[in-house]
Amino acid sequence: QNRTVTGQVTDADSGEELPFVNVLIKGSSTGTTTDIDGTYSIEVPSSEATLLFSFIGFQPQEVVVGNRSIVDVSLQGALKQLDEVVVVGYGTQRKADITGSVGSVTREDFNVGQVTNAEQLITGKVAGVQITPNGGRPGSGGRIRIRGGSSLNATNDPLIVIDGVPLDNSGVSGTSNPLNFLNPNDIEAMDILKDASATAIYGSRASNGVILITTKKGKKGQPTRVSVSTLASVSQPTRLINVLDAEQFREAAMTHTTPQQQALMGDANTDWQREIYQNALAFDNNVSVSGAIRDMPFRVSAGYLHQDGILKTDNIERTTAGLSLSPSLFGDQLKVNLNLKGVHTKSRFADQGAIGAAVVFDPTQPVYDPEGIGGYWEWRNANGTPQTLAPRNPLGLLEQRDDLGEVQRSIGNLQLDYAIPFVTGLKANLNLGYDISQSSGRTYIPSTAAAGINEGGSIAVYEQYKQNLLSDFYFSYAGNFERYGRLDATLGYSFQDFLVKNPTFDRLNEAGDVLTPAGVETRPQNRLISYFGRVNYSLSDKYLLTATVRYDGSSRFSPETRWGVFPSLAAAWRISEEDILKDNTTLTDLKLRLGYGVTGQQDIGSFFPFLPRYTLSDDAARYRFGETYYTMLRPEGYDRNIKWEETVTYNAGLDFELFDGRGYGSLDYYFKRTNDLLAVIPVPAGTNLTNLLFTNVGNIENRGLEASFTYNIVRTPSFSWNLGANFTYNRNTIISLSNVEEDAVGILVGGISGGTGNTVQVHTVGFQPSSFFVWQQVYDQTGAPVENLYVDRNGDGIINEQDLFRDGFPDARYFFGINSKMKYKQWDLGFVLRGNLGAKAYNNVASANGAYQNLRFPDYLANMHASVLNTNFQTQRLRSNYYLEDASFLRMENISLGYNFGSLNQKGYTLQVNATVQNAFVITNYQGVDPEIPGGIDNNFYPLPRIVSLGLNLGF
Amino acid sequence: CNDLDLEPYNEVTSLQVYEDFSNYKSVLAKIYGGLALSGQQGPAGRGDIGGQDEGASTYLRALWKLQQLPTDEAIIGWNDEGLPTLNTMTWSSDNGFIAAMYYRIFYQITLANEYIRELSDENLTARGIAGGDRDQAVLFRNEARFLRALSYYHALDLYGNVPFVTEENPVGSFFPSQIERGDLFSYIEGELLEIIPQLVAPRQNEYARADQAAAMMLLAKLYLNAEVYAGENRYTDAITYLGQVIDAGFSLEPNYEHLFFADNDLSGEIIFPIAFDLVNTTSFGGTTFLVNAAVGGSMNREDFGIPGGWQGLRARPQLVDLFPTTDGATDSRGRFHTDGQQKEIENIGQFTDGYGVIKFRNVTRQGVRPPGPVNDQVSVDFPMFRLADAFLMYAEAVLRGGSGGSQQAALAYINQLRERAYGDASGNISQAELTLDFILDERARELKWEAQRRTDLIRFGRFSGGAYLWQWKGGDVSGASTPAYRDLYPLPAADLTANPTLTQNQGY
Repeated sequence: QNRTVTGQVTDADSGEELPFVNVLIKGSSTGTTTDIDGTYSIEVPSSEATLLFSFIGFQPQEVVVGNRSIVDVSLQGALKQLDEVVVVGYGTQRKADITGSVGSVTREDFNVGQVTNAEQLITGKVAGVQITPNGGRPGSGGRIRIRGGSSLNATNDPLIVIDGVPLDNSGVSGTSNPLNFLNPNDIEAMDILKDASATAIYGSRASNGVILITTKKGKKGQPTRVSVSTLASVSQPTRLINVLDAEQFREAAMTHTTPQQQALMGDANTDWQREIYQNALAFDNNVSVSGAIRDMPFRVSAGYLHQDGILKTDNIERTTAGLSLSPSLFGDQLKVNLNLKGVHTKSRFADQGAIGAAVVFDPTQPVYDPEGIGGYWEWRNANGTPQTLAPRNPLGLLEQRDDLGEVQRSIGNLQLDYAIPFVTGLKANLNLGYDISQSSGRTYIPSTAAAGINEGGSIAVYEQYKQNLLSDFYFSYAGNFERYGRLDATLGYSFQDFLVKNPTFDRLNEAGDVLTPAGVETRPQNRLISYFGRVNYSLSDKYLLTATVRYDGSSRFSPETRWGVFPSLAAAWRISEEDILKDNTTLTDLKLRLGYGVTGQQDIGSFFPFLPRYTLSDDAARYRFGETYYTMLRPEGYDRNIKWEETVTYNAGLDFELFDGRGYGSLDYYFKRTNDLLAVIPVPAGTNLTNLLFTNVGNIENRGLEASFTYNIVRTPSFSWNLGANFTYNRNTIISLSNVEEDAVGILVGGISGGTGNTVQVHTVGFQPSSFFVWQQVYDQTGAPVENLYVDRNGDGIINEQDLFRDGFPDARYFFGINSKMKYKQWDLGFVLRGNLGAKAYNNVASANGAYQNLRFPDYLANMHASVLNTNFQTQRLRSNYYLEDASFLRMENISLGYNFGSLNQKGYTLQVNATVQNAFVITNYQGVDPEIPGGIDNNFYPLPRIVSLGLNLGF
Repeated sequence: CNDLDLEPYNEVTSLQVYEDFSNYKSVLAKIYGGLALSGQQGPAGRGDIGGQDEGASTYLRALWKLQQLPTDEAIIGWNDEGLPTLNTMTWSSDNGFIAAMYYRIFYQITLANEYIRELSDENLTARGIAGGDRDQAVLFRNEARFLRALSYYHALDLYGNVPFVTEENPVGSFFPSQIERGDLFSYIEGELLEIIPQLVAPRQNEYARADQAAAMMLLAKLYLNAEVYAGENRYTDAITYLGQVIDAGFSLEPNYEHLFFADNDLSGEIIFPIAFDLVNTTSFGGTTFLVNAAVGGSMNREDFGIPGGWQGLRARPQLVDLFPTTDGATDSRGRFHTDGQQKEIENIGQFTDGYGVIKFRNVTRQGVRPPGPVNDQVSVDFPMFRLADAFLMYAEAVLRGGSGGSQQAALAYINQLRERAYGDASGNISQAELTLDFILDERARELKWEAQRRTDLIRFGRFSGGAYLWQWKGGDVSGASTPAYRDLYPLPAADLTANPTLTQNQGY
């Protein structure tokens, strides 16, 4: 019969009482937590009951109650972080045994608040990993760069592997980011493989690093727990673009326009940016049940997110479901791991053109006009039709466009791990995985809208089907040969096939007439076949050696060039195991790592770049002979010899731990050199069926330094504080760009707005890629720029393109993150700060709109960027370095405050509430909306909102 | 599933394409279409050449800009990279439009080379193309040679000394050698002389495909400019071929304005058009550019058959001054839009500075936009060669001393144009008034904005230098002298890097 057991839980090291320790009756859902003084009280059904004590940072302990009524327990202190297990490709490793450069972030350290995309969980947390937000749209996520990019024109995105299934990094139609489909609440840990010795096991996809995502799973012997969380948040616009207000605009128009143009002005005072933005609400609800049914650990989860964007009409709705089963059969001989995830997202995409329209729309005009078009005030011709060249009413653009996208996606895998009888340590592992998505969408502009009136409305639909199938098979062997060391080895085969179907549809008007005929349906497909092997050898836990090799074949290359070998070798020396440091109590661990590896790149955008092919034109691009329009067959440019881009990486690192894990950190230096760089270069005219060819041409080098350090400043049961910092220096340099000797300008890149064909960046040998390429502005005594006067840098007496110079670059050379976590009794307080140094941003909004020439149109007026008041420019000066600004910043990524109520009653209910502010503030000298712009060209960037959220977590 | 040999979907490999004769015409359509379109998707997307704005770098649009913007006929108000320096004859070798034209020319040449190579007699035999199919294939091949000659002609005229590749140079990695301007002249002449007898007789081919008259027109242009291109006097040869063109049965379009309307395919005057259609042949280049870019200010969009205007192109005052009035009442070829506009161009970026030109309009003879979706696309065909040009060239060749023609015939041809323009004989001129200076002005009146002007001014020695100044020439509002090397465009800097065997044109 039931009886009550009480007791106290203490820290085995210090003897202090431990509050909030979970106390559960094993195999049931009954539980409680300890009070502030570490005491608890629980009703147990029988003497056979086992109590399970668990607490973050301590080893769990099971105690059989027996006939005791008082059960006191002391928990062993935090696991040494060296014993943590890190996921590596095709297996796991003890952190202590790792020879490569790996960064890990687990659930406890994830960023909090309204986290919509997985990568946001680790923003600012890992040295060498830079996540730059793509914009403020919900779900648009961030651009991930691990140790900078190693390519110019091939992808620089890392490989992302979810529970062993490598993803195809390209986007899915109808969603804004490839990682948008994964519910961050289902993620247990993210391990980032940075150097080639760690990544080379992924061979041809590993040049930009690998992110391994492990989702949450049930655990054996764990009681069934239900956890419910809900989060409500408000996103607010922060900084807006500095444009002339109605008063300033009137003044400018009076001096810079003709009386006829002045007559066009209205008498309203409209702040168009205020009209298009809003405070946006979001709700994120999640529930999960995890535990074990008999011997089968399981976890099921469901989530529902509804998030509006600060740009009116932007919205995302996401429903996710997950199931994970991990039974062990035949007496643990066969371990099965089944993971299934499903997601359904529904998005409404706001017309981001409204951001630019709000900059230039005349602030003296009203928003609405009953006699306007669709009820909105618009610039019109004499006959009442909209002026096609004039900007459209920004709010009208948003409210009269219905752009819906819907995506169903599922990813899953079945992993069988079979311990082969009679051979100790030998296992066979089969992993079958898939990632399938189906999307559809429709963009509708009604015939009543100014943007649709000429065509009679516009209905454009799209569909996409993507499928990624994986099968891996490998043997692993682990053996301990005592004084001859430990050895584990892996040998395997992998097959992965990616197929996309892009059917096409006519764009119609409301009457059903074809406006744009359907394009040609494409079905890009590519396939990778690989063989891989790895050997880890450890002698006396002191000397560690890892060697890997991957032999990859890709369908993207010709039979002569498609196979590549990607080896790596790494060694580590655990100096702390040597006698000199053995008994040192300060420096409790010290490891030196050295690594070398070669990785490849095959994600080159194109699927058959080596094949002479003819492609069909669509129906709107046919040519007339007689009375017939002929579809055109175009021979495509090709490079029969195109091959892998190869990156050689050297890495030297030092891991250390102070006072038994109280402080720990690492230091890494790396050098990467990419050979046979894939880049788009001009080919000699007349030699190919294109003027720009994607081919292997040059080299790029990448070097950097990473440092991270975490220290538990205070560690008492009632008060703890740990502080972590990471710092990265990264420098990319183009070493060569073509087979031809050149001191040439290079390849112009970085298209900007303000006319067509203008660029502001360049890839030049000897410089960082995408360096800004501008004229040096001359200023007068008052500090105002002198229009069209630049420094004659080559001194030839004329200012021309030879005076353009390379003035900085968009990718930060230094970046850092600082995070702090403080706990006091039931309160916890944390923050993450991060920043960039040494990058520049080009303010394209100012350069394209900061001139009085915006007032040159005889029949409409366009507003200007407020910089015109300083520059007084009559004409756009797109290449003046006046518009280049230092984009260094310090951003408060998030601050959160939480309160833990502990157990609410004897039944083991736990409740925790928290409040978070994300993007709380930014300190910067940059004048535009945000200094952190992917690519460095600030052109109608969707501003990052400040998000204030309130969350509640309930467990039982 | 160990197979890495995947097959592209909806695409064919070059081996498969030429096995099937029905594909031959589709590849030929690509070479013709390369003069009109930007790529495989209309109006934009999947462009043929990269590195430039897709619409701005189409063949005709780029050709038009290089032939018109540095002259007394036109100016453009946009700030696109490289465009302002075309207005003022101050370009440099990194100019995107100069590169666009160059790469377009070589794209056409490479397409044609590939086609001519694949359709060689040996290949046709090997693939079993016989009988009527074979005759057709040979004709297609010869039309491809014409198109290649046309593009080499533009290379000769604009760049002079260019890389030289023929069907003997398969696609691959090599450095094409540079050909001297005079040698390129001889090559084009030889090609045209060889293919003219093998092409379809004048006016007997399908619409928009080249016939003997088109090739003879091109040959005559080569001869008329032979002194510039090769330092040779070939006016007599010009007259020979112009005579054949004039006698081939083309007829002047009775209403001058109809030549530039959406249904100008009905005209009997056009010898070789570049065809456009607002549903089937769409792009942001070609006549879509010519119609839209010329509309702005208070110009009535409906008269032009487009929903809007791009507010770019206007006339320079020197062009306006060639006409007796600005409203076309006397000379119907001189219709300008003056309402809200000023004649003088003080600010190049201001659309209302400079008169609007009323010429290319996307309306039918009934004055309405052709059926189809209402957007910027147009159905106006561009008259690359037309009979009136042949008349003017004939008269000029005679005046320049070519033999085989007559002064009387020359005068009669000119007066036919004058009568059409004036509606009666009131504008006719006398033999004494028919001078070379008159011809140059008359060419501006008759052929304004038809991508001829730069070549004409150079032939008359008035493009560069100080002999003739117009507003903004040389970057000065009242016009300034420019150096003679501006008569040729530079080879693009990008190709000098890619092909180190090339030598830049003198002066750049």
